[in-house]
Amino acid sequence: MVTAAERVSSHKWGMVVDVDRCTGCQACVMACQAENNIPLSTEDIYRQKRTFAWIRVERYWYGDFPDVKARFIPIMCQHCENAPCEPVCPVFATYHNTEGMNVQIYNRCVGTRYCANGCPYNVRFFNYWEPVWPVSLRNQLNPDVTVRSRGIMEKCSFCVQRIRRGVREAARDGHDLQDGDIGTACTDACPTNALVFGDYNDENSRVSIMAKDDRKYTLLDALNTDPNVLYLAQVDATGGAIGGHD
Amino acid sequence: MQQRRILDEFTVNHELLRGNLATPKWWLPTVLGLLVVVLFGFTLMGIMFNRGLGVTGLSRPVYWGLFITTFVFWVGISHAGIMISAILRLTQAEWRRPVTRAAELLTVFSLLTALFFPLIHAGRPWRIFYWITPYDFARGIFPNARSPLVWDPFAIGTYLTGSTLFLYVALLPDLGVLRDRTTGWKRSFYTVASLGWRGNPRQWRLQTVAGILLSALMLPIFVSVHSIVSWDFAVTPAVEGWHSTVFAPYFVVGAVHSGVSAVVTMMALMRWLWGWDNYIRPEHFDALARLLIVVACAWLALTFAELIFGVYSLEAPERALREMQMFEWPWNLLFIIFFLTGFAIPVPLWFFKRVRNNIAMMFWTSILVNIGMWLERFLIIVPGLSRKQPFVFTWDSYQVSPLEWGLLLWSFAWVMMLMLLFSKFFPLIPLFETKESQVFTTDVQIGRVTMPAVIRELD
Repeated sequence: MVTAAERVSSHKWGMVVDVDRCTGCQACVMACQAENNIPLSTEDIYRQKRTFAWIRVERYWYGDFPDVKARFIPIMCQHCENAPCEPVCPVFATYHNTEGMNVQIYNRCVGTRYCANGCPYNVRFFNYWEPVWPVSLRNQLNPDVTVRSRGIMEKCSFCVQRIRRGVREAARDGHDLQDGDIGTACTDACPTNALVFGDYNDENSRVSIMAKDDRKYTLLDALNTDPNVLYLAQVDATGGAIGGHD
Repeated sequence: MQQRRILDEFTVNHELLRGNLATPKWWLPTVLGLLVVVLFGFTLMGIMFNRGLGVTGLSRPVYWGLFITTFVFWVGISHAGIMISAILRLTQAEWRRPVTRAAELLTVFSLLTALFFPLIHAGRPWRIFYWITPYDFARGIFPNARSPLVWDPFAIGTYLTGSTLFLYVALLPDLGVLRDRTTGWKRSFYTVASLGWRGNPRQWRLQTVAGILLSALMLPIFVSVHSIVSWDFAVTPAVEGWHSTVFAPYFVVGAVHSGVSAVVTMMALMRWLWGWDNYIRPEHFDALARLLIVVACAWLALTFAELIFGVYSLEAPERALREMQMFEWPWNLLFIIFFLTGFAIPVPLWFFKRVRNNIAMMFWTSILVNIGMWLERFLIIVPGLSRKQPFVFTWDSYQVSPLEWGLLLWSFAWVMMLMLLFSKFFPLIPLFETKESQVFTTDVQIGRVTMPAVIRELD
């Protein structure tokens, strides 16, 4: 039996996305694809409107021609504290763990897809088919990550395998976990450091400092989902912040 | 009200057991034809289990489509039974008598059909017991009681149990009649099934009390079942088109609208197939049409309220959703068909006595209502998911696959086949109710006309 005291974890993982720094290069999307054994979004799958991307870069156009600007915003699972996907799952396949993460337990999932309907960010993906990889890619699969079968939901896990490895290695080497020791695939791949991963419980971590920024906002704030992914608004050349995406 | 023939008990037995003691010529070919469609449907389900839900047209973000629409549709149809047999019984509407059993039967079979859809549409249907059974299977976890998908099996399970009991209790006296008129294995079957019914006063009293008690117990279910089905949608704050407080009453009234219409369709078919003109009379259609006018108007008011609640906020995604639902091809066409068939064509027609008393007209208008009600659910579920939240990047639509249409067809064939199989072994019109109603009816002289007057069953 786990006591209440033990349930309170020392970590509260989170991510801060500085939209101002994002160039829309999609490196995070590719890194995530490789790290997490995400099924291939082939042309055929695209035509079926069933593409997978645990993190996606949404592109929006602002302004009138010729003064047009492209804006990019990376969106992944927001790991909401009040996640709308959690209460609707009939089998507890998705639940909130003690480290601020919304986790998906593949073995429990029966595939009602109710969580995907409940998610306002559309970051949950359903395996309509058994995923297949071409022979050339089979040795590329990450052994630390479960390959999902058909009929179940999946979504961004905050690269939980990397978090667990980081914690384990720190314990093995006998030192405290430092900010920056653990990076997710997307944050490690981001060339402009637009994505930063860290522990909100560590007051000196980069995410904790960035969370105090005036530009901070959360996606779809009105729904009160209380996400652990924070966004820093884009700043226009004139100096004004361009509003949040809600 | 028409003059009605007073029939002696021999005629009642003879005519109403027509389908049981002898087999009508059309029966076997029809059942075999339906069986082909049913087997075809089960084959489609097999393909779906074998290859995965990819064979449907479902996409991201439209994760629910035709299957859930059809689930809601059949749960809606199932409200026929409870409306006719519980509410009309408690309000002592005398004209309900010949249709009680068929309506209750429609309830049971449409629920059995509705149950299939959420289950086959799960990604891993072989694991659904973790979802629908309140037992932890050594996994250490029970189903999540906060999920409306867990409320559903409870609501529908209760409804199915109640309806089945209700049907059985009302069947007992007729089973006794059948036992006395059959031989061989059929006699043994009816002997066991009639639970020793001899028709003595004590048994009649128990049977009547059980019927009234079951009616009263089922009344809360009348409100709860479709409310809970509506909460599958309404408790989802992420989907603007679903997240509405008016959904529970809106769905319940819509369910009564479609359920009572389905009873009208079925009554017309029964009259046509078995020639029960003496039992299902134009006055019954007249009474049901009057009821339907009231229900349909309440439903229209709630439809309008739902729309107003939605657009009142003037939020961009909500506006986009309504725009898609009503003005974008092909949804605009579906919306027009939905409004015309669900309300605009049938209801004004029902205002005319000639239409209400015309069985063919009632048959076709009631079918129209159910086309409209199916489209209503489709228009709520799919555009709602297609226009979810302001991230236009993920907005997308849904194309129904041929396999899904095939399973929709299967559901109709399945219900009809079960009904026809039932009609072979059990009388579709309750014999004892018909005789009782004859006893309660006496002719009274009003001016120059002799009218049948009805004595109420209580006091």
